Amino acid sequence: MTNDPTRFRIVGQNKEKVDARGLLRGKPVFTEDYFPKDALVVKIVHSPYAHARIARIDKSAALGIPGVVDILTHEDVPRIPYTRAGQGYPEPSPYDTVLLDNKMRFVGDTAALVIAENERAARMAVKSLKIDYEVLEPVLDFEKSMSSTAPLVHDEKDSKGIYEPSRNIAAHYEMAIGDVQELLARSPVQIETSYYYPKSQQVALENHCTYAYMDPMERLTIISSTQVPFHARRILSKILQTPPGKIRVIKPRIGSGFGSKQGIITEGYAALACLKTGKPVRLSFNREETFINTYTRHDMRVTVRIGAELDGRVNVIDMYALSNTGAYGDHALTVAMVCGSKTLPLYNKVQGVRFVTDIVYTNLPNAGAYRGYGAPQGLLALDGALDELAARLNRDPLEIKAINSIRQGETSPIFQIMGEGREGVPQIARSCKLGECIDIGKNTFDWEKKRKAYGWDRRTSETVRGVGCALAMQGSGIAKVDMASATLKMNDDGTFNLLVGATDLGTGSDTILSQIAAEALQIPVEKIIVFSSDTDVTPFDVGAYASSTTYVSGNAVLDAAKKVKASILRAAAGIFETDVEKIEVIDGCVKNLTDGKTLTFAEFCTLCFYGANHQQICETGSYVGEESPIPFMATFMEIEIDLKTGKVTPIETVSVVDCGTALNPALAKGQVEGATLQALGTALFEELRFSETGKPINASLFRYKILDRCSFGKITALFAESYEPTGPFGAKSVSEIGIDTPTVALLNAVYHATGLRFHRLPLGSETVFNALKTKQ
Amino acid sequence: MEIRIIVNGAEKRWNVEPGELLIDVLRDNGYKSVKKGCGSADCGTCTVLLDGRAVLSCSVFAASVDGKSIETLEGLGSEQQLHPIQQAFLDASAFQCGFCAPGLIMATKELLEKETVLTEDQIKRELSGNLCRCTGYENQVKAIGGLMEKKREGK
Repeated sequence: MTNDPTRFRIVGQNKEKVDARGLLRGKPVFTEDYFPKDALVVKIVHSPYAHARIARIDKSAALGIPGVVDILTHEDVPRIPYTRAGQGYPEPSPYDTVLLDNKMRFVGDTAALVIAENERAARMAVKSLKIDYEVLEPVLDFEKSMSSTAPLVHDEKDSKGIYEPSRNIAAHYEMAIGDVQELLARSPVQIETSYYYPKSQQVALENHCTYAYMDPMERLTIISSTQVPFHARRILSKILQTPPGKIRVIKPRIGSGFGSKQGIITEGYAALACLKTGKPVRLSFNREETFINTYTRHDMRVTVRIGAELDGRVNVIDMYALSNTGAYGDHALTVAMVCGSKTLPLYNKVQGVRFVTDIVYTNLPNAGAYRGYGAPQGLLALDGALDELAARLNRDPLEIKAINSIRQGETSPIFQIMGEGREGVPQIARSCKLGECIDIGKNTFDWEKKRKAYGWDRRTSETVRGVGCALAMQGSGIAKVDMASATLKMNDDGTFNLLVGATDLGTGSDTILSQIAAEALQIPVEKIIVFSSDTDVTPFDVGAYASSTTYVSGNAVLDAAKKVKASILRAAAGIFETDVEKIEVIDGCVKNLTDGKTLTFAEFCTLCFYGANHQQICETGSYVGEESPIPFMATFMEIEIDLKTGKVTPIETVSVVDCGTALNPALAKGQVEGATLQALGTALFEELRFSETGKPINASLFRYKILDRCSFGKITALFAESYEPTGPFGAKSVSEIGIDTPTVALLNAVYHATGLRFHRLPLGSETVFNALKTKQ
Repeated sequence: MEIRIIVNGAEKRWNVEPGELLIDVLRDNGYKSVKKGCGSADCGTCTVLLDGRAVLSCSVFAASVDGKSIETLEGLGSEQQLHPIQQAFLDASAFQCGFCAPGLIMATKELLEKETVLTEDQIKRELSGNLCRCTGYENQVKAIGGLMEKKREGK
């Protein structure tokens, strides 16, 4: 095994995505493709009120419909408080949810479950179920949630871990380094500014869906579109009062997730219906349910105060985040902490820094995990504030951001103080090519020339252009929390089964994990048969979130490969009747260095199976990060504004990323490009909106637009050469970071074009148009 | 009612209910490549070819296709030989999760079978109804542009 990137044979190459051929031929590989026609249909009866208590339920009419099998309500299940958040145990989210409740906390909340023999009967039963509600006043504005007159979203007695239920505060966190007030007071330049990040939605094209059945041994089997099969098994075990050994969770191919599938949502309802009926059941959310009943981004108001010197050096940063978790506290604390912990260390030259956050309940759909996980919200305000500082000082914002940002070998005390829902771990940026990202991006984009060429004074009668930049960081898994494992099993044709709990949700992690195994064993990637994930078959892995798979699961694969190699050497020494030191593994063969005799892996493994030295070469490796290596990124964006309409159009986006070794550059590039598009959608028009009674008004792909292929200009994703010494073959994460910058880069570019600073996303053309009218 | 249709070249007689949608009938009969992303004609994942024209099968009544010919992704390529569109998408790393792939490939097939050779901008416009949330679209457009180029050369 080599650490020299120039000698890598398999990693660093654009190897074909291992699942690509099946996907391109439309093979039945997604959860819904496994649904048998005769499985019972489960549907949710949704609350029509944002805040209400169920007073009475009359099932008789609905149960009388032919084909209706059962109806389940809060009266049919025990109250077991839990969190749907698919996080490590114990979860840092409040236990404020029960599977079926008598209190409704948003329009669309689950009032009951209908189980029927077919879709039509299920739909009729949903309509026919009579529920009397005692309607309560809702709280819909998260900035008013903490007020003493606000109605209480969680007044139940049995929830655990809510920070302050009497003020609708799900979670709270604060930390400070240095005397922040004093540092602000004696800084000659002070900036205070607030930004609003909207309640956007992940919009994975595959809706959430689950198929559940009892296997012949009466074990509950769940096939589900989930990012977290092992957490799903653990949480289902708790809420269904069924031992984990009686539950099997299988993740087939996933039609992407972006965090929305890091919650136990459809799984709980389908599993309950399956246990109650003993029959196979299927549950598919429609698009509206995916919008409303899964997860959204936590919308936030983030306030940043900066104290700086006249030369642009930042002395102190003070950040406050007010976060809206909606009806339940899934991921509430952790997302808000990332808002600070994965943005503030980027500017590590400060003498003081403070981060305070309140995460509040409202009677709106549940927020949860979404790619970036708080960092996009924090960065919107932090980078925006630095851009405002540069404007105040009449300096190039790129220069201000560059001189204050972290470099290789440096650290920040924040790493140790802030983790996710708990303390962090101390770490230094062992690999950090942020400076190179800035330089490459600046030149590729032609930053300085464009900054001079555009701006309000250079507008035409119809358009004006501007440029903006932003820097970002993320992590690679949660240090000392996220654990992954992998099993490598040798076959008698020289192939290896690679069994991983890591959940490829479309990102290509099965492919890069295969590449890591192949590189470590020095065999072609085609010799690796990867399988993910099945709690009965694959070893434990926390799942796909927190940018963990490449680094944490990748290191687990590397560990397994090293152990397998050692086993091969030992077994070969036995076969060749020599010492282990005399054996070499090379090019898919074992070689006896004393006499030069070689056996191919196929011959060797056949001997292991049928020869004298009977054994299965099979090893499991595990890994937990001691650190969470940081990927870095610099983004440059050019936009054009139509002065007649106020419409903002991205012309070009250049992002340069330091993700360590890009194990599969084509896949890595795809991550950055896709994340850029998602962020541009949020910047321009993605936001779930609600009526004044809390009814969703745009929960469809007709009214909630995501970017199609026409309207975002050119996107370029580049990589700075980098090597993370603790990563598998030098790799760090790349999946989330791309979503952090484009939002704020766009606002910065609009400022450069117009001199107008907008503080709220999405930035609709009407807002720009009205502001321009005032300006002119 | 019974409908008689041709699916990927094979004749089928299916009993369908009035009001049943083509997407559900196709999936129930094993054509699982046809994906339901929205059910409201907004995302393009359920695109199939109906007498050669790309249609959204979530918005077509099954009863209305009696006597017509349908193509789904199951009809394209084989294990030994991918269809040129599939090969082009594979070569260009044009997908991540692959959920939108069936619809986009069928929509692309219609474009390539039309008379005209389209520019990149025209390709983008024509396929703007086929959403993808994972990628930046770029590689897909490049792959289709390459196929257009081959078509031009073939003329």
